[in-house]
Amino acid sequence: MKATRESYGLTLAELGETNRDIVVLDADLSGSTKTAIFGKKFPERFFNCGIAEGNMMSVAAGLAACGKTVFASSFAMFATGRAFEQIRNSICYPGLNVKIAASHAGVSVGEDGATHQCIEDISIMRSIPGMVVVSPADDAEACAAVRAAVEYDGPMYIRLGRLVYPDVYTPETCNFKLGKGDVLRDGSDVTLVATGLMLSEALIAADLLEKEGVSAAVINISTIKPIDAELLVKYARKTGCVVTAEEHNIIGGLGSAVCEALSEHYPVPVSRVGVNDVFGISGKAKEVLAYFGLTGENIAERARMIMKMKG
Amino acid sequence: MEKEKLTELAVFAEKVRLIALEGIYNAASGHPGGSLSIADVVTYLYNCEMRVRPDQPDWEDRDRFVLSKGHCAPALYAALGLKGYFDVAEVANLRKLGHFLQGHPDMKGVPGVDMSTGSLGQGISAACGMALAAKRDGRDYRVYTIVGDGESQEGQVYEALMFAAHYDLDNLVVMIDYNGLQIDGDITKVMSPLPFADKLAAFNFNVFEADGHDFESIAAALDAARAAKGKPSGIIFRTVKGKGVSFMENNPAWHGNAPKQEQYELAKAELEARLEAARKGELK
Repeated sequence: MKATRESYGLTLAELGETNRDIVVLDADLSGSTKTAIFGKKFPERFFNCGIAEGNMMSVAAGLAACGKTVFASSFAMFATGRAFEQIRNSICYPGLNVKIAASHAGVSVGEDGATHQCIEDISIMRSIPGMVVVSPADDAEACAAVRAAVEYDGPMYIRLGRLVYPDVYTPETCNFKLGKGDVLRDGSDVTLVATGLMLSEALIAADLLEKEGVSAAVINISTIKPIDAELLVKYARKTGCVVTAEEHNIIGGLGSAVCEALSEHYPVPVSRVGVNDVFGISGKAKEVLAYFGLTGENIAERARMIMKMKG
Repeated sequence: MEKEKLTELAVFAEKVRLIALEGIYNAASGHPGGSLSIADVVTYLYNCEMRVRPDQPDWEDRDRFVLSKGHCAPALYAALGLKGYFDVAEVANLRKLGHFLQGHPDMKGVPGVDMSTGSLGQGISAACGMALAAKRDGRDYRVYTIVGDGESQEGQVYEALMFAAHYDLDNLVVMIDYNGLQIDGDITKVMSPLPFADKLAAFNFNVFEADGHDFESIAAALDAARAAKGKPSGIIFRTVKGKGVSFMENNPAWHGNAPKQEQYELAKAELEARLEAARKGELK
């Protein structure tokens, strides 16, 4: 059981051994984003850019334009918020091979509070043409996502968390494929679609519902863009209603992406569990998650509600 | 510099001006002022300074050029066209729907464009990344970037300067096109980015100043930058916005406005006269 940021740092350091083109940038948060693991092992390929995220993203573009596979890390807030336009214009417009791997996404940052709890990153990143957005659920999936990122040629955003959270997969059961959703549990009454650490909560919700005789399917959407619309439609058809769960603003994130896909192909009632368009708050990570209703109990409650809206 | 060389450069530069202005006129939009002010520096870079192969634009060991002030693309397109990266006649169609010569440089679509630019402050950082890649790969290519004087109001420019000096990027040359004007007027009235030399020196750059319309002065500064080791170099090129077209010179109204037909005819006539004078080695 590891925080996904740690899975990232360890995998990067491992891949650096065989892939000499990998270079890593950080903006003075390498101890927290875990790029320091790579930096310690390969100091000649690790560049601290100081607290200057905008410059870091454009430097990443320049390195990628010279053939490097670049990973640029900071906290999600500063990577995607501060440096949005550099990501858009320097990296994504020319389609350069830069992976923005940002840790401390969502409210599970905990004590640091609203300024550091990024609940907009999925929304910001997926609005950029061509940007791939990946939000791994746990250690095994984060490792797989980092490997996939190295294989993929082009800009990608990888959303990582600070909090150590229960594993959903083992390396053996993790079948991560870029652009594909994963059905963890089949069901016929409602579909729970989750990303990141909320996947673990969705499984708890499914257990609670099962005790009430409700059959809930659980789908992991770790690639939020391009989204696996085919799988979502299949389960919308099968269950007739959907609950989404994410540690992000309900505007623009997974919930929005699912609604976009379903409303165009197979509209069914959807309820979005997430941060309800408010700023974060200080507290212990788990307290903050509970404060915002980011729990299995709340997902189950929404499922009961949305099932009543089925046609 | 030999007279023949000077003549050749002057002719190339006046062609750049004519071709760039034609493209802007045809598009009925674009940035003539800065395109004209950088024409001589760009001319020198592509004819004398940079190690490039126009028939092999992706050659790994080429020197890189990043036009951080991307809005002056017409001058770059004209120079690339004249060097044979693509048919120079294409510059007449810049900014047209579906044409590969976009309003601002697009590295994916234009042979010879090493970085997509247009959003100010970002090109200089990308140039730092390229210079860093060269250093770490043990390659000897150099990286050149032209930054606007107005662009130097962007905070990212200073993040990039800090980065370049920190990583000892002595293969990087940051050239400031100091024409003194930006869209809203005099740079010192809008938000003074001066003094450039002191700022560059404070960021631990080698600093050189030159006349950006005098090829011998341009050559001397770039030679000095090449000779300087251990630190990145900054060159402040004094230039005239709208250089070569009398009514555009030193007038911020021509920052981002295309000439109307009558104005274009006048400008074209003036530039053709300059081209003719350049051919005779008489251009002042």
